Amino acid sequence: MKKLLMGNEAIAYGAMEAGVQVVTGYPGTPSSEVFSTLAAKAEELGFHAQWSVNEKVALEVAAGAAYAGARALVTMKQVGLNVAADPLMTLAYIGVKGGLVLVVADDPGPHSSQNEQDTRKFAQFAKLPVLDPASPQEAKEMTRVAFDISEALGLPVIVRPTTRTCHVCQDVEVTEKFNRNPRQVKFEKSPNWVIFPSLASKRHKWLNQQQQQIENIFAASPFNQVIPGSRYSGVVTSGVAYNYVKEALDLLGIDVPILKIGTPYPLPVSITLQFLDKIDRVLVVEEQEPVVEEQLIKIIWQHRRPIVLRGKHNNLLPREGELNVDQVKQALIQFLKLNVPREEEKQLPPLPVRPPVLCAGCPHRASFYALKQAAQGTDAIFTGDIGCYTLGNMAPLNAVDTCLCMGASITIGCGLQLAEPDRPVVAFLGDSTFFHTGIPGLINAVHNGSRLTLVVLDNRTTAMTGHQSHPGLNRNATGQPVEPLDIARLAEACGVSWVKVVDPYDFTSALAAAKEALNRDGVSVLVMRRECVALVKERRSAKVVDYEKCLDCGLCLEELGCPAISRGDQGPVIGAACNGCELCSQICPAGAIISGGEVR
Amino acid sequence: MLKPVNILLVGVGGQGTILATRVLAKAAQDAGYDIKVSEIKGMAQRGGSVVTQVRLGEKVYSPLISEGGADVILAFEKMEARRWLPYLKTDGHIIVNDQAIHPVPVLTGAAEYPADCLEKVKAATPHAIVVDALNIALACGNPKAANVVLVGVLARRLPIPKETWQAALKARVPEKFIEVNLKAFEEGYSI
Repeated sequence: MKKLLMGNEAIAYGAMEAGVQVVTGYPGTPSSEVFSTLAAKAEELGFHAQWSVNEKVALEVAAGAAYAGARALVTMKQVGLNVAADPLMTLAYIGVKGGLVLVVADDPGPHSSQNEQDTRKFAQFAKLPVLDPASPQEAKEMTRVAFDISEALGLPVIVRPTTRTCHVCQDVEVTEKFNRNPRQVKFEKSPNWVIFPSLASKRHKWLNQQQQQIENIFAASPFNQVIPGSRYSGVVTSGVAYNYVKEALDLLGIDVPILKIGTPYPLPVSITLQFLDKIDRVLVVEEQEPVVEEQLIKIIWQHRRPIVLRGKHNNLLPREGELNVDQVKQALIQFLKLNVPREEEKQLPPLPVRPPVLCAGCPHRASFYALKQAAQGTDAIFTGDIGCYTLGNMAPLNAVDTCLCMGASITIGCGLQLAEPDRPVVAFLGDSTFFHTGIPGLINAVHNGSRLTLVVLDNRTTAMTGHQSHPGLNRNATGQPVEPLDIARLAEACGVSWVKVVDPYDFTSALAAAKEALNRDGVSVLVMRRECVALVKERRSAKVVDYEKCLDCGLCLEELGCPAISRGDQGPVIGAACNGCELCSQICPAGAIISGGEVR
Repeated sequence: MLKPVNILLVGVGGQGTILATRVLAKAAQDAGYDIKVSEIKGMAQRGGSVVTQVRLGEKVYSPLISEGGADVILAFEKMEARRWLPYLKTDGHIIVNDQAIHPVPVLTGAAEYPADCLEKVKAATPHAIVVDALNIALACGNPKAANVVLVGVLARRLPIPKETWQAALKARVPEKFIEVNLKAFEEGYSI
């Protein structure tokens, strides 16, 4: 039957059809819904699903299950694979028994990421097979088949969708009859699970030999497909770019032979040569890095084919950002030397930008503001981290001076402090990020005698990626009750002598605590605890402005950047977005912002 | 072969563009179209400019609509309508909610909200419809149903039966909000 599914849901269906037994992952846009779809079905279908603390942990847990012969799936976004790189690189040597599939979602654009790294390149580096879906339907098929490929090769397999597969919905052919017979598992003890240097040298050779085996499987794969055409110029394309090629050709009203690649590494030589032998010019269309293109150049050189190859290396297509139909159409026009008048590019009008903002009533705004006020008069540096709170960087808060990767607020702060010992450093990171990679940095700071204040923005969820659970909460990913870990006690156990928990909505207390923290020697940890406003069920009364008292000083507007407050004729106007956090009323010098609005 | 119909839905995070997109997708699917829907989530959701793209036809490849390629733009906010005008085909239709939501640069006084959004929209195409969706939704009993008012306005202009829309609405909207949303849809449909 057909079902309208988002690519990520389709991937989850593929895993369930394959009889997945263990699912792990760490949230990250655009990958998160793969896991949440699976978690919702875990109990019914009898498999295990866990949000792991970070991607390294997730991959190791999944690998352990696969060592015993279970089918395991692990999900993450592209930068998460960097965190999991350590286990991944050696797991390629050790191998697996049960099928192990990594779903690693790439985000060219980038829309919601700190870089545009190409996971196909990572797969090539790790010498692991990678599948590159063009559509939700194909993503589902690939995920299901990836388990078989993994078991046939004894290697983990990477499925790499991009944003335009993950978050695209289409009708997907699915079965609701899932494989519910769990595979027999037993961990067989063997020296082959223990990576001593002597084993590594043997297994490296094995892994290199496996490259040919992967290629043989891929050469017979239905994911690589030739679409015949009438010219001697052809196109090789991989992943979502296939859609842009098809559509651009339709728009131009021409057909050329196309080799659609679904297995970009290793690129199967046999089918590539068969395709090249029927043409004399080829254009390579793929998003991100020239992974297929570089392998094609090698194949053409090794096999001495007289083929003209065009693509990224001669700048016909960009290496950065997403592709689209227009770009691919222009590349085709140039490549095929078509006489098509170039359409005038329309410029988007210069309008005020509408960047994402911290929500009205977001507790992070109150936390940032308290620390900014406490540090007033100093030239403190505010290091930031990955989450909604990266948005604290924008005016008027301007409270995030650095952001690099998960957990780096503390460690970058330590380094800055070593370079400039007299300058105060305040590091901000979220609760989920604290568990992810914050703790080692905190221990490092204490152990090495750093002087900084760590503010844990504890909004009781992993907000940015869609409100996933984390170890600080009393429910796990499948909703089972668990013992929550207390961030303040963890910080104490890490050796921090000054730890305080404050409600950022209580501005007076938050400001006092912030001042105290900044005055401490050594490491101080301030846990700003208040549930994410998007999760609060009990609504608070919205604020209103008493224009009798209002001085129209503009402080609330200019200091907070709250999307609920706008400029009106008599003074600020508090709009329908107000969640009643009361930060504005607490900072108003005239006491003019009062309760009395509607409870929403 | 039927050319795909390209619909761009533009608005501000929190206005319900995603729900509207899902209702549209469901209705188009039930009407037998091949569809592709593209959403951007994550960072882009927090009150930022939100764009979703719906393409329906016999066979749709690209999930993305090109500049100058939208047959219809459904705009939930008027500055966003103006922002995305270059995506509208020269003879395209645009349905604009007559609502202004000030972005932070405007709220803090760093930028000014353009006064001529609707004029620019009307100058771009003869097929512009301006709707006061917020007040219509308020009259129906919930300002949050403004998105469904706009879906109603769109619905009558697409070759999908009304009953299919209503069924899609029932399938996608939480039970307790069905009544107000059906009312909001009806109001939009009559425009």
